[in-house]
Parts: sequence; structure tokens; C-alpha cells
Amino acid sequence: MSAQQALVARRGWLREALTGWLFSAPFLVIFLGFLALPILASFVLSFTDFSLGNLVDPLSARFVGLSNYAKLLHDPKFLQAALNTTIFVVFGTVLNLAVGLAAAVALNRGITRFRAVFRVGYYLPVVSSIVAIAVIWRFLFNADFGLVNGLLHAVGIKGPDWLANPTLAVGIIVALMVWRNFGNAMIIFLAGLQGIPNDLYEAARIDGANRWQEFRSITLPMLRSTMLFLTVLTTIGFLQVFEEPFVMTQGGPLNKTLPISMYVYQQGFNFFHQGYASAMAYTLFVVIAAITLIQFRLLRSET
Amino acid sequence: MSVAAPVRAAVPVVTETRPEPRSPARRRSPGAWWVYVALSVGLVFLVGPFLWMVASSVKTSAELHHVPPTWIPQTFTLDNYTTIFTKLNFPQYFVNSVIVATVVVASNLLFCSMIGYALAKLRFRGKSAVFLIVLATIMVPQTVYLVPLFVLMSNLGFVNSYPGLILPFAAQAFGVFLMRQFIQGIPDELLEAARMDGAGEFTIFWRVVLPLLGAPLATLGILIFLGSWNNFLWPLIIATSDQMYTLPVAVATFSIGQNAVDYGLLMAGSVVLIAPVLLVFLLLQRFVQQGIATTGLKG
Repeated sequence: MSAQQALVARRGWLREALTGWLFSAPFLVIFLGFLALPILASFVLSFTDFSLGNLVDPLSARFVGLSNYAKLLHDPKFLQAALNTTIFVVFGTVLNLAVGLAAAVALNRGITRFRAVFRVGYYLPVVSSIVAIAVIWRFLFNADFGLVNGLLHAVGIKGPDWLANPTLAVGIIVALMVWRNFGNAMIIFLAGLQGIPNDLYEAARIDGANRWQEFRSITLPMLRSTMLFLTVLTTIGFLQVFEEPFVMTQGGPLNKTLPISMYVYQQGFNFFHQGYASAMAYTLFVVIAAITLIQFRLLRSET
Repeated sequence: MSVAAPVRAAVPVVTETRPEPRSPARRRSPGAWWVYVALSVGLVFLVGPFLWMVASSVKTSAELHHVPPTWIPQTFTLDNYTTIFTKLNFPQYFVNSVIVATVVVASNLLFCSMIGYALAKLRFRGKSAVFLIVLATIMVPQTVYLVPLFVLMSNLGFVNSYPGLILPFAAQAFGVFLMRQFIQGIPDELLEAARMDGAGEFTIFWRVVLPLLGAPLATLGILIFLGSWNNFLWPLIIATSDQMYTLPVAVATFSIGQNAVDYGLLMAGSVVLIAPVLLVFLLLQRFVQQGIATTGLKG
């Protein structure tokens, strides 16, 4: 290659690099400024005593080491919130997958007509505003003139004040989480089910397997990676549950429905303990990151 | 499954199986009726609350508090809607939601496809680092960065403003992932041919790449729209006055306010909040599925 050719090639390369960065720039500026930077800043904040007074002068916050994190462990409200979140996530995820799978199997192999109607109907809550849905549910479970107690009244039962009872309130919030989200699990399961070769079922039938045996020994094992994926997706989503308790119970009664994300919100934006709130948020983040990593491990060891 | 059909014909029919004239090779039909019943009961539980919302929104206050509750409104009234649109600030909330969603969708469509093109088709140093950083943030929950984001916004003077509502969602990581994936499927020959004709990269992007991205852009646009329209936590934090509320913030705030909850108004507000999304979903459902099918084919 002559010197001139090399120069031309180099110019072409430079121009392509420049174009690449130009095309990336608008996205990157917004993304780095309003997402990546805050994510890093949150980490730093969690080691400071940042509070309301620091809003106008962020750099005057003092470093307090790990004391925010130490405080978390002795904060009964945080421990309660962590327990509540765990309950929401465990029950919510298991039920979400179970109902989603049942619906997917029924749609895939149980029926031949009206599939689209059921699929669209079951998916409606997924796209609807969770705030509106939580408001509707709160109305449905209203003690005095809600539909649920109205129906109970019609058969002669005096319905309870659902959302004022801690156990019932937790149950209703879990039910709402599943009600709203299982349509998504169903769609992903349906995709997984359609990937199972029909020959497997034919072979099982020749061996005289009944439907339940088919499900146990073909469907479930073949959906393993789909289930892992959905478990992690649902867990991560439910760990951040906020709107349902915010609208239905405001975390009550007795903080029994207060999730971590709502306590972060209270500490950060009602009490203005931003440093403390950041420590809490980062703890949640670490849990989510750990779950994601475990998922990748499991998936990799499988393939 | 035509291959399997002969095999199946040779198998003795399982006792309770009835013959299925339309698709004999595909499935058995036993128990189908109870599956329909179960699925229909499920559908009632899923659609019921929506119907309850609509029915309640056109009832009078007296009827709403009637025990036992009525399904069909005895006296049909639009008072709840008139009230939220004339006495309450709902026109403003609606406009705010529309403005935010429109700008967020437009900026994601443009910026995600631009960077997607760079990452898929251009060579430059640092490219893989950029992609990795963007990808790494997909799993980060919103809760993590709410606090510093608010500090940043208050120092920029964006609290309670459109930029404050819009900017954190104007460049979303999953859009980059989606667009890069689709653009990788465009044959290089097409771009080379345009380059031979002397087209610059911007012309190629605008005239060759974008027109091929119809379905993916529709998919991305719908997903971003749904996310923006239903978004709650950040708007709740950044919209500090009634003037900047989006619809979800307004509905939530009314539902937990100090005054006695008026469910008639709340149900009307919920209809206004949910209806546009259902409309978009039902109308463009096919488009979304098309987009997903295209990805499946290319991936």
C-alpha cells in the first residue's frame, strides 16, 4: 500500500469512527446524564448523610462510611419492609408462574377455538395502568359498598373489611400482582410450548401416557429454561412492587403491606433522608443483581 | 404434522377420545368443554373489574353507595365525566400525559435507531464498550437512581417541568438492544450499494435504513408508549404541583387524598386513564405481533 493509499484508508476509517460517535451521541448524552450518572451517584450517596439541606449544595454532604448500611440492620421498619417484600415476591412469583403456565397449556392444547379471545382478554391487565387497576380493586374490596362484599351479602354472608386486615390485605395485593401479570407469563410460556416438538407427545401417546404424565414428563422438563427465565423476570419485577400497596393500603395496616421500594420513597421524598434511602435502594439492587447472576449460572450449566 | 399422522392412525384410540373432523392429527379433545368453562371463568375474573369500572363511572353517587351493588346502572349519568373534565383539572393531566408520551416515543424512536445503526453497521473504537454499558443498565431498578436523579433535576431547575418528566425516559436501553438487533438483519450489500452511489451515512440512514424499520419501529413505539402512559413513580416524585400531574399521578393522588374518596369520579378517571391504552393495544396488536414475528425470523 502506498503512503497515499494508506492516508486515504485512514481518513475513511476516521470518518466512519466519527460518524459512529455522531450517531451514538444523542442517545449517549441523555443516557449517561440521566441514567448512568444517577446510578453511580446513588452508590456514592449511600455512604453520605445527604439530606434536605444538601439539595441546593450537594457537595456539602459528609461521608459517613457504612453507617447507613449498619442502620438498616437495626431499623425495624426496614426489616418489616424486607419481610413484606419477600412475601410478595415468593407467593407472587410462584402463583404467577403457576397460573400463567396453566393458562398457556389450556390455550395451547386444551382448546381449538376462541384462542385469540382468551389470549387478548388475559393480556388486557398487563397493558393497563396499574394505578387505575389498583383503584378499581380497592373499590371492589371496599367494606361497605364494594362488589365483593355485595356479592357475599347476597348469599347472606357479612364480608370483612378486607384491606384493614393485615393478612387479607397482603393476600389481596399478591392476588392483584398475579392478576395483572400472569398474562405476560402466559405469552412467554406459549412461545416455549410451541417450541416443543409434537413428536414427543405422539411418542408418549404410543406408550400409553395420559395427559398428566405427558405434562409431567414432557411439558415441564422442556419448559425448564423458560421457567428459569420467567422466575427471574418475575422476581425482579415483584421486588420493585410499589403501586399496588401505594394505592390500596399506603403500606398499612401496621406497615404489613409496606414494600422496600415504598420505604425508599418515604425516606427519600417524605423524610428527605436521601443518603439512607440510597443505601436501601442499593441493597435492593445488590439482591436483584445476585438473582440475575444466579440465573445466568443456572442457564449456562444447563446448556 | 403430516409425518406423524400415519403413525397415529395405527394407534388404538384412547377410550374417551371423540373423533375431531377438522384436524384429526393435531390433538385429542377430551375434557375440552371443561377447559372452555375454566378459561371462561378466568376471563370473567379478568374482564369483570374493567366492566365494573365502566358501569360504576356512569352511576349516580346514590347508586354507587347502594347495598347490594347494582351491575347495570339504574340511572345512566355522565356527571362523573363532566365533573372531572370541568371542575377538576383532567384536561390538563390528559394533555400532560400526551405530551410526555409523544416526546418520549419520538426521541426513543429516533435516538435508539441512530445508535442502533452505529452499533450494528459502523466500525469505531469503543463500540463494544458502549453496547455493554447500555446493556448493563437494563436490569437496574428505577428505585436505585430515583434519589440522585431528583437531586440532579433540582439542581438543573427541572423539578415540576416537562424536561423533568421526559428526560429520564428519553433514551431507554432496551430500545437500543431491539434496534441493533433489527438493523443487523439488514444486508450489508444494500448499504454498500448506496455508498457506491455516493450517499453519505446520514442519507443512508434516513433513506435506506429507516424505511426498512417500519415494523420494528412500531413495536418499539408501542412498548415505549405503554411504559410512558402507565409510568407512575417518577412522575409522582417530579411533578410537585397539580399543573404538571400526569393521569396516573392524578388518579392515585385523588384516591389517597384527605377528602372522602369519591369512587364515581375515580372510576371515570380510571376509564380516561385506561381507555387510550386499550385502544392502542387492540388496534395495533397485530402490528406488534408482526414485529415480533419478524424478529423471530431474523434472529
